[in-house]
Amino acid sequence: MSLLNYVIRRILLMIIVLFGVSLLVFSIMMIIPPGRRVAIYVTQEKITPDQMQAMIKKYGLDDPAPVQYVRWIKSIFSGDFGYSVTAAAPVLKGFKEYFPVTLELVLYATPLIILFGVWLGTLGAVHKDKPIDHATRVFAIIGYSLPTFWLGLILLMIFYGYFDIFPPGVLSNKGTEVLYSPQFHRYTHLITIDAILNWRWDIFWDGLYHLILPTINLVLLSSALILRLMRSSMLESLGQDYIRTALAKGADKKTIYRVHARRNALIPVITISGILFAGLMGGMVITETIFARTGIGLWMARAALQLDLPAIMFNVLFLGFVFVLMNLIVDIIYAYIDPRIRLT
Amino acid sequence: MSNVTYEKMNPELEERRVSKHPRLQEFLFSAKRFLKNPLTIIGLIIILSFAFVAIFAPILAPPQNSDPYRIPHTGWKMAPSPPSKEHPLGTLEQQYDIYYGIVWGTRLAFKIGVVVVFANLVIGLLLGAIAGYFGGLTDEIIMRITDMFYAIPFLVMAMALVVALGRGLKAVIITLIILGWPTYTRVIRSEILVIRDRDFILAARASGASHLRIIFKHILPNSIYSVLIIASMNVGTIVLTAAALSFLGLGSETGYADWGQMVSMCRNWIVGPAGNRLAYWYVVIIPGFVIALFVLGWNLLGDAARDVFDPKMRRR
Repeated sequence: MSLLNYVIRRILLMIIVLFGVSLLVFSIMMIIPPGRRVAIYVTQEKITPDQMQAMIKKYGLDDPAPVQYVRWIKSIFSGDFGYSVTAAAPVLKGFKEYFPVTLELVLYATPLIILFGVWLGTLGAVHKDKPIDHATRVFAIIGYSLPTFWLGLILLMIFYGYFDIFPPGVLSNKGTEVLYSPQFHRYTHLITIDAILNWRWDIFWDGLYHLILPTINLVLLSSALILRLMRSSMLESLGQDYIRTALAKGADKKTIYRVHARRNALIPVITISGILFAGLMGGMVITETIFARTGIGLWMARAALQLDLPAIMFNVLFLGFVFVLMNLIVDIIYAYIDPRIRLT
Repeated sequence: MSNVTYEKMNPELEERRVSKHPRLQEFLFSAKRFLKNPLTIIGLIIILSFAFVAIFAPILAPPQNSDPYRIPHTGWKMAPSPPSKEHPLGTLEQQYDIYYGIVWGTRLAFKIGVVVVFANLVIGLLLGAIAGYFGGLTDEIIMRITDMFYAIPFLVMAMALVVALGRGLKAVIITLIILGWPTYTRVIRSEILVIRDRDFILAARASGASHLRIIFKHILPNSIYSVLIIASMNVGTIVLTAAALSFLGLGSETGYADWGQMVSMCRNWIVGPAGNRLAYWYVVIIPGFVIALFVLGWNLLGDAARDVFDPKMRRR
């Protein structure tokens, strides 16, 4: 099968999965009784049961499920996701406000997570059953076991509480003032990048300063996944015949590990980037809550507390969409690198 | 000549066959190796200690309310109090006793972990066995449903479902049951696909064994270990997720002996008063440390079990 055929087949499959995701989100929504779902349309302070029944009828909240599903999908395609109480704005407007904050943290954390995980995994495999290997193994198990929220709180207690550095938030008060001043152009809404484009290095450092602790938190917790996979994949690749040949020929060990073994060992790591992303998004809800970063994670946490259904459902749908898209991209890259995949 | 079997010719094998059931023998062999690993011992000690605390909770911390899971609090003072004779581990805000919360929280953690994982296991096992054994359209439908569950980040979907179910501890447990089974289904299915066409299954089928008998008698015993290992690691993950949901304020209410809830109560006390900025370290450190230890115990057990019980990794 050619790569193009493969891609087309995967995209068709993705549409089916997305349909499934929308069904799942819709089912979650339908668990909530109409009497509670109607709340998002109620504007007056007091409402009589009769009025409520009338509103349920008006918005068709007790129609048969398929009818409601079609209506819901139609509203999504017309870009109407409702009004978010938590954001005090329509959902899409709130999303535009919150998403860049999350994206910025993801952009800084992901490369570090992968680098750190690959480095430690390689180290463990090369020094199999030596103290370094055991140390990385213990690190991985602890990384799996530590609650995200606890590590974050401890980091905050030590650095912000004791040393009085790395405060929570996105920017200092002064930085926020500059950010919203008319002279500051927000091209990308990513603070550090906008700061460079505006040639305001003080804002850049300010933003980076506030990114350090959340990034450390995510890296310490998420790199365990990459580490484990990298270690076993590297071990497998070190056992291959061509490595033995290279070693027997007396080639430089470091070059063999770096060029011959690691390059092949990296392939499986690509495939779990999707899982990494899912874990990162779960960690994001908690990390943003703890470090008071106004991204979609914090938005979701607040929306969940305030029963802000439009915001919750939009974010679940959005994250599901991104996740499915990520998996598609990963699959395509994988098929491109390793032609054997396309055949199955 | 014809009645001289292979075992008769080989006395050692014959003895082994007579002395122990092969499945028991297999188990003992694995268990012996299992207990040789120091990490396993640490994990086992951690889990057994927690089990001890959970079982003897009424003696270790006698309940003072009608609902034992409600932490007694001896005042309304907001600021936590440090460890003292009265409160061996100090108190949270509003003077909730940390020691009491930890002890009864252990019982709650076991309850959540065991109930959820057991329910997941049963659902996953049944669906996985059906999908793998029958194949075809049944398989396709079940597997596409599990795909749907995998398409949304776990914690995010759990949050949405808990909100839909009306929040609280019960909602958290139901949510984790609804969302947790697909992992088991996938594993069991793939195990069964490997075993399904092996000769001994064909032999069983040829001798007229029913579908149920083949699934329960021949297939599941052969694939159960890998599932149990995942289950062991999942007890930790489930408790961790439940704690995260409680931390976000979606689980139990304030003052409940729930570790995640206890951690969330420390959020206002990360920074102490000027001059003694680590004054409230005990509220931040202790409840979270207990969660980490509990999860670590299960992960160590699962990790070691994978190396030992997985037939593909063993005897090398």
